[in-house]
Amino acid sequence: MSRIHDMGGLHGFGPLEIESDEPAFHHEWEARVFAINRFLLRAGWYTLDEFRDALEQMPPAEYLEASYYERWLFALESLIRRKGVLDVPGR
Amino acid sequence: MSHVHEASGSAANRVKTLVGALEDAHVLTERELDASIEAFLSRAQPANGGRIVARAWVDPEFRRRLLADGNAAVAELGIDLAHWAPVKLRVVANEPGRHNLIVCTLCSCYPLALLGPSPAWYKSNAYRSRAVRDPRGVLAEFGTQLGDDVEITVWDSTAEVRYLVLPQRPAGTKRATEDALAALVTRNGLIGTALV
Repeated sequence: MSRIHDMGGLHGFGPLEIESDEPAFHHEWEARVFAINRFLLRAGWYTLDEFRDALEQMPPAEYLEASYYERWLFALESLIRRKGVLDVPGR
Repeated sequence: MSHVHEASGSAANRVKTLVGALEDAHVLTERELDASIEAFLSRAQPANGGRIVARAWVDPEFRRRLLADGNAAVAELGIDLAHWAPVKLRVVANEPGRHNLIVCTLCSCYPLALLGPSPAWYKSNAYRSRAVRDPRGVLAEFGTQLGDDVEITVWDSTAEVRYLVLPQRPAGTKRATEDALAALVTRNGLIGTALV
C-alpha cells in the first residue's frame, strides 16, 4: 500500500510554478524550521530516516493541504514529542 | 512539553513556541539556530556542482572516477557532501542521444551540498508526480526541448542516494579555462531540467 507521499505518476497536480527569484525560504519561520531540523539531526536526536518517516505519517488530507515546510513542522513537532527532546535536561 | 500544540495556530506562531520550548529545555539557542542556517547557506552552493562538472570536462580520468564513485571523486576536490547525513552520490552523464533528469517523487531528496537550497518547484507536488510520467512535458515547461531521438532517463532520489547530472560540454568551449567552464554550469543543468 502506498501512502500519499508516494507521488510519482499521480495525475492532477497541474503545471509547475517556476519562480523567477527562487528564494530558499518564503517566510522567516521556514528558515527556522529548516535550522531546527538540521540542528536536531546533527545533534543525534533522530535520524534522517526517522524524519522522513515522520513526514510520511502526516494524514493524507493534511499532507495535500500543507506547504512543504508545514509538513516539516508537523514532523518536527511529532519527533520532538516522541523523542522526549523537551523532557531531557540538555547539556 | 505541554506547550507544544500540534497543528494549532499559524505556522509562524507554532515555530516561535517551539523555539521557546527548545530554549527553555536547554536543547538549543536562537543564536545556534542562526549559526546553523548561515553555515548551511554559505557552504551549500551550486558553484560546488559547477566545479565538479568543469573538472570532469577537462580531465577524462576525473570524469571516469566521478562516474564510478561520486563520493570519492567529489572528496578529491575537497567538497564535503554530508550535509546532515552521509549520502551516496551517483553522477549520471548526458551524452548525445541520452539525457538525465533528477526528481525525488517521495519528498525532496537532493544534493544540497552541491546545488544549494532546492527551488520550490523541485519540492512541489506537480514536479514530483509528473517528472516520472511526463518528463518531456516537464522539460518543455522549463523551455527545454529535446529531440524525439533523445532517450530520457529519470532518476528518483532517495534518502540514501542522491543524483547529479553531468551535462554535456557546450560546443565552442575548447579554449575555455576550467573556471570559465564552471561558470557555464547552471543549477538546472545539474538537475537535468536545462541543457548547459
